[in-house]
Amino acid sequence: MALETTQSNGNLLEVRNLKTYFYTEDGIVKAVDGVDFEVKRGEVLGLVGESGCGKSVTSFSIMRLVGVPGKIIEGSILFDGQDLLKLSERAMQHIRGNRIAMIFQQPQSSLNPVFKAGDQIAEVLDIHRSLGKEAGWQRAVELLRMVGIADPGRKAHSFPHEMSGGQAQRVMIAMGLACVPELLLADEPTTALDVTIQAQILDLMRELRTKMQTAIVLITHDLGVVAEMCERVAVMYAGQIVEQTEVKTLFAEPRHPYTQGLIGSIPVLGVVKGKLDVIPGAVPNLINLPVGCRFAPRCRARVQYNLEICAQRLPELRELRSDATPATTHTVRCWLYHHAEGHTAPLAEK
Amino acid sequence: MPNPQLDWNVNQDSAAKPDLVQIKNLYKYFPVRGGVLQRVVAWVQAVDDVSFSIREGETLGLVGESGCGKTTVGRCVLRLIPATKGQVLFNGQDVYKANSRELKALRRNMQIIFQDPFSSLDPRVPIGESVGEGLLVHGMSNSKERFEIVINTLRKVGLEDYHARRYPHEFSGGQRQRIGIARALALRPKFIICDEPVSALDVSIQAQVLNILKELQGEFGLTYLFIAHNLSVVEHISDRVAVMYLGKMVELTTREELYRNPLHPYTLALLSAIPMPDPTLASKRTRLILKGDVPSPLNPPSGCRFHPRCPVALAHCSHQEPRFKEVSPDHWVACWRVE
Repeated sequence: MALETTQSNGNLLEVRNLKTYFYTEDGIVKAVDGVDFEVKRGEVLGLVGESGCGKSVTSFSIMRLVGVPGKIIEGSILFDGQDLLKLSERAMQHIRGNRIAMIFQQPQSSLNPVFKAGDQIAEVLDIHRSLGKEAGWQRAVELLRMVGIADPGRKAHSFPHEMSGGQAQRVMIAMGLACVPELLLADEPTTALDVTIQAQILDLMRELRTKMQTAIVLITHDLGVVAEMCERVAVMYAGQIVEQTEVKTLFAEPRHPYTQGLIGSIPVLGVVKGKLDVIPGAVPNLINLPVGCRFAPRCRARVQYNLEICAQRLPELRELRSDATPATTHTVRCWLYHHAEGHTAPLAEK
Repeated sequence: MPNPQLDWNVNQDSAAKPDLVQIKNLYKYFPVRGGVLQRVVAWVQAVDDVSFSIREGETLGLVGESGCGKTTVGRCVLRLIPATKGQVLFNGQDVYKANSRELKALRRNMQIIFQDPFSSLDPRVPIGESVGEGLLVHGMSNSKERFEIVINTLRKVGLEDYHARRYPHEFSGGQRQRIGIARALALRPKFIICDEPVSALDVSIQAQVLNILKELQGEFGLTYLFIAHNLSVVEHISDRVAVMYLGKMVELTTREELYRNPLHPYTLALLSAIPMPDPTLASKRTRLILKGDVPSPLNPPSGCRFHPRCPVALAHCSHQEPRFKEVSPDHWVACWRVE
């Protein structure tokens, strides 16, 4: 039974073979195409990738907020042993905002412009905790204080347009954490903010996580944010996870050529690089995906090792070592490391 | 002083080079109008007494958070918007005293690359024409010659010949930014302002564009004013870096000095706020997290504009403004703490 497995391995969330497609006039956009990952209780998992790799659609799928023309066509999302995809809409509403909360990239456009910040937070508490107006407002003010808003009693009366981007994101976080969720999906929470404000928000998230023991899925394109915030990382490319491991391992020994390219292509403060590494070409069109490995057309390692299989068969996301324990898992989706029928992996360990 | 043992991959002798662009006491105030009669009710002090110079062949990085006036400085330097007060000299010639004919001649040597490659290209014109338009404006009427230069320039930025006949919507963001670079480069200018040229791009594409900018600089001896909010990108590409805060220049020095020995507390905060893509380094360093938001340039704080957020503010910081001065060779800073 699913219930037993999740309880025994301590996973709060298990996403298995998730596929979310968008049926557009131009064709089927395979935004998320077979994604597997798990989040342990209290853990921060980073989901990184470039625009269009499917990281946001993954989080919307978990919340079951994918709208027309999108559809979750396959897979399961086990949250605390329950498959979210099998729940009724009513049961899902009970989970959304209560046990799983989400914060978005554009805080000012995610808040309702015609309601006061305090009312918007109180609404969450009214729906899930039946707190009522008076008590809800009081709790909202407390939450605003907790997320570091100066003079929360007065600020609760302000409308979103009266707040700066950083303040609006604090309000979003207060709203997300109002019911002390077990899982917080943070979709590029600091991308729209200036660096000094970003540092404040990241610091706040770190502090609240220790306080509330909330697990976080942090979706971002910024490897710096990942390095500072996450314990484990999953790298996404063209709708799939290509590498997944602990954050230190990922930066010290990136294995997938895409991850290596990504890390090499960012300028690092204080480290002088004459030239940045470049990943040639661009992200593939999600309607017309290449046969075989999706990164193959841009992959230098494929050329270097003269691998033919890359253009023919899609590699699986597999463990790097056969003797790996759950604490040291490092999975990679690449033919460099995995044998197959008629193919000897040039870099396989054993 | 640059350390000769380190390969900074920059012009080591940049200090010896003459100034190509000099900006002296530049002010730009935008009026805020209100009421029935649309009278001016307030002024946004976007740029307030900024002076610096850009040396021939160097890249000067200009960083700061949104609303600090960095883009306004760029536009004032090109006279795309008129400055309220101040002087801009290009090769010794005053940009603001030039008449329209002289200005046109000046502009041939001063080009700009914009942030958004999606809205800065005319959607109804093939990109070959967009790239060649500057040549036409500057009197190259022979279409064959023009086409040759266009093709040549497109190749320089890593595009193919057939791309000249295509329209902007057929290109990806990274390719469009290359077109923007080609458009600026077609006239073979001396000086290019790059206004956030990579902030709309994904990291892997960002690296491609940064590398192209560096290559072209070596090939054509270009001088760049590189405006960006991302300090790691600026540090990567620049020889010297200027930091702005709320319309004021707070620090200006070589990139190695800025990273090793930042003197202004705001620079220090910026450096420590940047997330490090290295978990071991990230866990070791001390974070300096600033309190509060950036104040509005409509009503900037008195004295030093940074004092309400400054962790080391002194009593007189709130009413006396520090001067922007050279505290050691090639290191300028505006802070009472280093007086």
